[in-house]
Amino acid sequence: MSQSPSAMDNERVKPSRRKFLKSAVTIAGAAIGYQWLKSGQYLLYGADPEDKNVPWYGIVIDIEKCIGCGSCAKSCKMENDVPKEPFFFRNWVEQYTVKNDGSVEITSPNGGIDGFKQTVPDEEIFKSFFVPKMCNHCYKSPCEQVCPVGATYLSPEGVVMVDDKYCIGCRYCVQACPYGCRFIHPERKVASKCTLCYHRLKKNLAPACMEVCPTGARMYGNLRDKNSEIVKFLKEHTTQVLRPNLNTGSKLYYNALGMEVK
Amino acid sequence: MEPGYPHLTEILSHIQGYIFPNEIDLQWGILIVVYPFITGLVAGAFILASLERVFRVKILKPTYQLALLTALSFLLVATLPLISHLAQPLRAYEIMITPHGSSAMAIFGFVYLWYLMVVLLLEIWFDYRQSMVIWSQEKTGIMKWVYKIITLGLSDISPRTLEWDRKLGYFITVIGIPSAFILHGYVGFIFGSIKANPWWSTPLMPIIFLFSAMVSGIAMVMLIYMVVSYIRTKDLDINVLDAIGKYLFFVLILDFTIEGLDQIHRIYEAEESFETIKLLVEGKLYLTLFISQGLIGTLIPLGLLAFLQFYKGRIRLRKTLYFITGILILIGVYSMRWNVVIGGQLFSKSFSGFTSFKVGLIGLDGTLMAAFWLILPFGILAFLLWLLPPWKMVPEDY
Amino acid sequence: MKFYIPPQLTRLSIAFAIFITLFLLLRKLLIPDTFGQYGHYRGDSLTDNALPVVHYAGQQACLECHQDIEDQKQADVHSRIKCETCHGPGQKHSESAEATNILKPDSREFCGNCHEKNAARRSEAVVQIIINEHNTGKKCIECHNPHQPWTMKE
Repeated sequence: MSQSPSAMDNERVKPSRRKFLKSAVTIAGAAIGYQWLKSGQYLLYGADPEDKNVPWYGIVIDIEKCIGCGSCAKSCKMENDVPKEPFFFRNWVEQYTVKNDGSVEITSPNGGIDGFKQTVPDEEIFKSFFVPKMCNHCYKSPCEQVCPVGATYLSPEGVVMVDDKYCIGCRYCVQACPYGCRFIHPERKVASKCTLCYHRLKKNLAPACMEVCPTGARMYGNLRDKNSEIVKFLKEHTTQVLRPNLNTGSKLYYNALGMEVK
Repeated sequence: MEPGYPHLTEILSHIQGYIFPNEIDLQWGILIVVYPFITGLVAGAFILASLERVFRVKILKPTYQLALLTALSFLLVATLPLISHLAQPLRAYEIMITPHGSSAMAIFGFVYLWYLMVVLLLEIWFDYRQSMVIWSQEKTGIMKWVYKIITLGLSDISPRTLEWDRKLGYFITVIGIPSAFILHGYVGFIFGSIKANPWWSTPLMPIIFLFSAMVSGIAMVMLIYMVVSYIRTKDLDINVLDAIGKYLFFVLILDFTIEGLDQIHRIYEAEESFETIKLLVEGKLYLTLFISQGLIGTLIPLGLLAFLQFYKGRIRLRKTLYFITGILILIGVYSMRWNVVIGGQLFSKSFSGFTSFKVGLIGLDGTLMAAFWLILPFGILAFLLWLLPPWKMVPEDY
Repeated sequence: MKFYIPPQLTRLSIAFAIFITLFLLLRKLLIPDTFGQYGHYRGDSLTDNALPVVHYAGQQACLECHQDIEDQKQADVHSRIKCETCHGPGQKHSESAEATNILKPDSREFCGNCHEKNAARRSEAVVQIIINEHNTGKKCIECHNPHQPWTMKE
């Protein structure tokens, strides 16, 4: 505060006014302190444990379980009317192959929808794994931050969505997403992305990609519910988000994520 | 598979390494290259005008109104490439009615309006008011009414009121300088604030944009001054050119230094994206960055301007050299915008590969459209020079 | 001394006042009703995003008619795989049960999506074959019942 002690002690400051100043300082301090505390609480997967009314969705992808069948990517296109051409994906699967010489080869033929063919002969491979990608539903999401009109937003359930009727198609959000999860829908002419199958969630159905995953490599759930399967998984496993340095508040947690993955 | 998007299918075969599947299509094309270029011209032209007004650089007087009108012409067009690039242009108004506080692009709408309405229009209005009143009294027919309307019906040209024109105009110019800085710094911020893109994300970006804006704006006014003098068959004052050339020289040095600093910083820190950016710069951006922006747009003009600081010989040669310098600088700054906007989208955010970009000729996002937005301001300028001819103004002495 | 207001300022103030009033009026007219209901977005958009039709009916819908297949499935290694993983979206089929509106993939490539040998597939996670060598020329389902893969057909 810029208020100097001499000014506070000045006779001309009426007692009532001094009292007001004092309480103003206290309130301001408390407010800042509360904000700070609150942000500390939020850091636990962005879930406010006090709010029980709506779920706060998080996603887990277990790389150890993924067999790269591409069912998730295929089902997403069918469920959400995503154009079938290989330029538009709400989710996709990548295969990482670390070679013995240390170089990394990444492939994702048609997002993995038509399956993967091993591109490197066995004897050259150090290790290889699949990484399914989708919207991270960040709670400090860069795409939501840059949208100039409020056409992309975080729903009360923590799902990042686009307002098709309000999006102006400036593509700023596409630029801002570090994960490449957004595209401009060529027919609707608005930004498009994974909604965690919001229309299914509202009908108590699992997102299409989660429904069809044959190995249970994908999981979604309520981060506010300490007894949910997803919170248990997070407790028992060491998980990592993509590009943690960017502080996007990603709520997509990968188990066994390799350092090669960007 | 049925290829539904032939231009994208073609790019598929030009991809190097691995890119995220949604990154094949470049989001921002040539129109977004044109947009910061035009905005830069506005800010630069205005700052040149302010030199005369605020810092009393008397020698620049012949370019004062010209610079202001140039700034206005380009400012009126500045947002049009943006709007025409939107996938939903008819919804553009939403930026003004529900601006999102955390979005650099949303606040730009207001920075733009502030600059247009409060700075440029007011400064021109105060500057021209006396002349417009006189023209409205001299002219007949429709033009009489046009001038009457743009003076807002105020015909008071008593000495006391005119004195206030000067005071208020000066005040606006003083506000205008930081506004011009903010306007173009803000354009830089639109790119510099995207943390997902390491080629853009640098706090120096607004400053780099600002200085390159000043360089391009000053060069543009210099060229327009030469062309307008030629068209009016008036003798070109070489001293004016020398004065502009001096400022251009210093600003270009600053611009070059800051951009160099940014690159040195990038190279030395060599963060996770460095290898990718190195490949980008040495490959797809080689021509536009090193040759077009670096050599043609910066080093050669720097050499020419340095030479012109000392060479005070044949006037005809100096004029020619200034003209060439101006053109080269504009090419350089345009290339800089290209390198930022297009360059920033050519590499994948996975840092593992590159996509490819080919400008089309026709279509809403093609070269012809971009050329149209670049030529339109000159049409507006011609109109403004006809409506508000600086050379027919009431002579002022202050 | 009377405070002097230059006439320009009066005119400009009026012009700006008109401009700002018009802007505010237009804004009031154009802003969507539910904007700002929950945050800086159109509240109705939440409803809009819940509207699209469901294509994948979910396992529960399948079981209403096909419990027998499910029982078969539970007895073997494909037990955790949902019907729609292979048969595709089944909402239409669940509304009008016809054989034509559900997928019955039977190509070697389809099975290969999971079972073709790939260094990235962990051997304990999924059985893998080299598709170009394993009983070529035959469809997988000629020997394996997809609902009970280890119950070989004769």
